[in-house]
Amino acid sequence: MYVAVKGGERAIDNAHAWLAEERRGDTDIAELSLAQIREQLALAVNRVMAEGSLYDPDLAALAIKQARGDLIEAVFLIRAYRTTLPRFGASTPVDTGAMDCDRRISATFKDLPGGQILGPTFDYTHRLLDFALAAEGNTPESAPQAEADPKPKPHVTEFLAREDLIQPELPKAAAPVDLTEGRFVLPEMERRHQAGLFREETPRDLTREPLDLPSDRSLKLQALTRGDEGFVLSMAYSTQRGYGRNHPFVGELRVGRVPVEVDIPELGFAIEVGEVQLTECETVNQFLGSKSEPPQFTRGYGLVFGHSERKAISMALVDRAMRWEELGEDDTGAPAQDTEFVLYHCDNVQATGFLEHIKLPHYVDFQSELELIRRIRAEALAGKAAPQPEAAE
Amino acid sequence: MSVTAPTTLSPAQAARQERLSLLAKADPAQLTALWAGTGLAPAHADLRPPEIGTVMVRGRAGAVGAAFNLGEMTVTRCTLRLDGGAVGHGTVQGRDKGAARIVALIDALFEAGEGAALEDGVLAPLRATAEARRETRARKAAATRVEFFTMVRGEG
Repeated sequence: MYVAVKGGERAIDNAHAWLAEERRGDTDIAELSLAQIREQLALAVNRVMAEGSLYDPDLAALAIKQARGDLIEAVFLIRAYRTTLPRFGASTPVDTGAMDCDRRISATFKDLPGGQILGPTFDYTHRLLDFALAAEGNTPESAPQAEADPKPKPHVTEFLAREDLIQPELPKAAAPVDLTEGRFVLPEMERRHQAGLFREETPRDLTREPLDLPSDRSLKLQALTRGDEGFVLSMAYSTQRGYGRNHPFVGELRVGRVPVEVDIPELGFAIEVGEVQLTECETVNQFLGSKSEPPQFTRGYGLVFGHSERKAISMALVDRAMRWEELGEDDTGAPAQDTEFVLYHCDNVQATGFLEHIKLPHYVDFQSELELIRRIRAEALAGKAAPQPEAAE
Repeated sequence: MSVTAPTTLSPAQAARQERLSLLAKADPAQLTALWAGTGLAPAHADLRPPEIGTVMVRGRAGAVGAAFNLGEMTVTRCTLRLDGGAVGHGTVQGRDKGAARIVALIDALFEAGEGAALEDGVLAPLRATAEARRETRARKAAATRVEFFTMVRGEG
């Protein structure tokens, strides 16, 4: 049991004052503005928005500044702020197929409709430190431009779905559809969906209800998209190394902006209330079939706030690994297949909160442990010197 | 525009939808400057003073499957009534209360049939900025379009 302590107010105030001074650093050096952080450390801002689960680049920049660049501390600040805001509603699901793509690549098809666009990428750089950046005041030339391509960029999985080579994805009905089980009824479900014959289920929300198992895929995706990038990356990497291997190909990776559309009851129709940058990864996974499913490709899905490719790909791999049960695969006991393990450990705010609390005063707990150890040690030593007769029992 | 337009939307509603969607995504600094440039300051009463909150952004598993909660975004909304009686609703991305009020005022002025001046003074420049920004990014993206060639093993 944790017993609280009190006192130390002045020392704590002074420590915080010193923290503020250290945060500012050498005052002969210009102070960072939020706009500088937002514009020049954009990927840090993106990570804080994704894991903080709140899209607001200025707030994320402020959190990074306040946290002295400690991104998990910044995520914590954003999560805490978020809880103070009322929620006005939920958007209609974003249409990533209509994304204005800055980047769109496929590792499975080289000639895909809409083309491959590299966008602003670290790929193909040589990872050599660029000492030119150490000198200030060099503004890069504007990037070359070419004629914009207005053609739509359909998802790669759409082509495979047309040939029925990939496991289909359908919206989830609020009430069970009164058809026999199994995937062979999916065309009928699709027809009903298109005809507006079923009402869609409202996805469960981690921020409104405690994480409860078993979880459905929506809840897993929510947990993964706000999960710690390092944790999700390591889990994904473990599947590549053979712990729950699932043979992923990056069918498509796209980065760009999509509008966010919300129904406004006062107006009686939906409007776009803003625009967010997203990274989406769809993996296409080899699948030889199981007791319940025919041979086909299967999917893993990653969707993350901001430009965050490592996270989106990792999310897709872990999503796919956790689908073993649904697809009738074997549980090989791999960590990434263990939904409970992944979901309960991917959140860095929960993890750091529990981890870091152990450095706070635990004097009473420890005192009791100390007394216990002293007593049993003394008993053990005394016992060795003069063995107690068995009859003492 | 990717807003789903129910078939029942009247031309006036469709125009209002396009207008509010444009204003919601505008840069607050540009919106504020353009509004100031119109010199308008209509008398009004707040029905719901500017309020900062969030909207839960949703995505779909596999882009087309079951909906899931991706994360929230900040928005600010405001509802007001002009002295003439017209009601305006403003919602903007981010936390700029002034911008939400301006959008509500613009919406109310259009509702009151006094929007014509705003079309050229505010909406057209915002539309041009949004289009130019989108076009520039699309042109830069097009310049990074890549053709990969598969090497035949054993050759060269």
